[in-house]
Amino acid sequence: MFQFIFRRLSLVIPTFIGITLLTFTLIRLIPGDPIDVMAGERGVSPERHAELSAQLGFDKPLYIQYFRYVTGVLQGDLGNSLVTKESVMSEFLTLFPATIELATCAALFAILIGLPAGILAAVKRGTVIDHSVMTFSLTGYSMPIFWWALLLMLVFSVNLGWTPVSGRIDVTYWIEDVTGFMLIDTFLSDEEGAFTSAVSHLILPSIVLGTIPMAVIARMTRSSMLEVLNEDYIRTARAKGIAPWRVIVIHALRNALIPVITVIGLQVGILLSGAILTETVFAWPGVGKWLIESIGRRDYPVVQGGILIVACIIIFVNLLVDITYGIINPRIRHSR
Amino acid sequence: MTIQTTNTTETSTDNNLVSAPIPMTPFQEFWHYFSSNRGALGGLIVIALIFFMAIFANFVAPHSPSDQYRDALLLPPAWLEGGNWSFVLGTDDVGRDILSRLIYGSRLSIAVGIVAVTASLIMGILLGLVAGYFKGMIDTAIMRIVDIMLAMPSLLLAIAIVAILGPSIVNAALAISIVSLPHYVRLTRAATMAEMSRDYVTSSQVIGASPLRLMFVCILPNCLAPLIVQATLGFSTAILDMAALGFLGLGAQPPTPEWGSMLANALQFVQRAWWVVTFPGLMILITVLAFNLMGDGLRDALDPKLKQ
Repeated sequence: MFQFIFRRLSLVIPTFIGITLLTFTLIRLIPGDPIDVMAGERGVSPERHAELSAQLGFDKPLYIQYFRYVTGVLQGDLGNSLVTKESVMSEFLTLFPATIELATCAALFAILIGLPAGILAAVKRGTVIDHSVMTFSLTGYSMPIFWWALLLMLVFSVNLGWTPVSGRIDVTYWIEDVTGFMLIDTFLSDEEGAFTSAVSHLILPSIVLGTIPMAVIARMTRSSMLEVLNEDYIRTARAKGIAPWRVIVIHALRNALIPVITVIGLQVGILLSGAILTETVFAWPGVGKWLIESIGRRDYPVVQGGILIVACIIIFVNLLVDITYGIINPRIRHSR
Repeated sequence: MTIQTTNTTETSTDNNLVSAPIPMTPFQEFWHYFSSNRGALGGLIVIALIFFMAIFANFVAPHSPSDQYRDALLLPPAWLEGGNWSFVLGTDDVGRDILSRLIYGSRLSIAVGIVAVTASLIMGILLGLVAGYFKGMIDTAIMRIVDIMLAMPSLLLAIAIVAILGPSIVNAALAISIVSLPHYVRLTRAATMAEMSRDYVTSSQVIGASPLRLMFVCILPNCLAPLIVQATLGFSTAILDMAALGFLGLGAQPPTPEWGSMLANALQFVQRAWWVVTFPGLMILITVLAFNLMGDGLRDALDPKLKQ
């Protein structure tokens, strides 16, 4: 087991180096001189240019610049935003809880709907239920989620008035920032109705962000269940007279879940990149909206740092998924 | 599974001899499996219609996509009160015909799909063949880069690339083709490695075929099936990512009739003009769905494991 974890960990290092190389090159590929870009339209005098260049290390050879960059990154230093002058890391940390909250609710929605739908489709194979689950999941999989967001907003917020249009909570509430998670903070606060308001703001964004993962999970659960249901041990269990639901839930599902867990883990990337679109539509103050706005403002350190952090989170989650997979499935652990 | 062609039944009634069924050509066999999948067939028909629409946009579209009818701003679709049959799906905030913009938009989406898929297919096949054929260091180097690219969500990577190069359709297409590269590399590499151990490759090698001939003449044609499927599915990803980039203002720029950028400022019309919001997205959904359906059908028809 340790050997497996070690082998898997050793793969992370080259990937990390690759990603830092990518974000390092990113800022240097921007047309024009980085200092002129930072200075904006006013420009800088040649003396100031040289001074800034020395200060930021642009006068050093590239490999030293890269080495400095990676050392900084490893210490959590991602530079400062050109617009707010705040450190990129601290800006990220204040916004990240909002994204985690949204992504978690979306993942819950995806799992709670996708898993049972997939099981149902497999058990009722070939029936109307199966066909409609598969049609819905293929539609969900093909959905342009920014449009889906607009459509849901059109129906539920504008026409029916059931849910608010955007933001995390009504402006009438002032919630003290304890954990950064609105659901927890409003739950802890004394303000009446704040929690309900936070929940109602979360519903549509979660459904939108959870749609594609839900479709993927439903499809994966169905095919994995179908495979397991064909196995001999299931027939044996049925022959022994075990209740049908028990065969499905206890015997089949446990084995069928192994590939599904991997797929759920892989959705983290989809959730984080989908968050960019969802947060933009719903004006959700998270990391995705921050990244897009920074691109618009040409705030390159933020773009560079933000992409690096998000990529690192995804690598980390993929690593966790692989290790979990190795723990629950010994066949993977021992294969090379 | 019994497959009888009309030929065999005719001969058997004529002279009472049962002849063996004429073996189907690979294409007939493919078509037999493909056409029995109704979803795939539907997808194919929709795709054909969209291609037709894209090619003959000048003739099909009732108006020019950029003509602004100043006396017909935000006109609702024709079947609603206040609608006008010369603007079937209504008009947008500057009085442009939405239907015409959608029709011209299909041109752009299809073009971007073709360019992005072709570019990544060519690069992916080259890299994958080289990695699978030579193995060793080259393989490790290529696959490491591919793994790094796979660690990033495609949309994020595309956004990063467009952020460097600047927002435009060409840069967006370039970003999309780079982003989808890893899938083609992996597929080609895996298929190449499987084919390399076959006898026919070894015998051609013994005869003295050069590595280039082995790679492109012997191995490549046998790796095509999964690549065709992936290319079809890649088309849907390309259209979806292109629309997402356009929506974020990083793809096609506003006056261009592109489905995603048509939605870029739709948020302000959610309250008063649902048709401005609804139709472009519906178009994206239908197109992407059609490519996905066809891709699934192709996979089922081309995958020998699923055939009996």
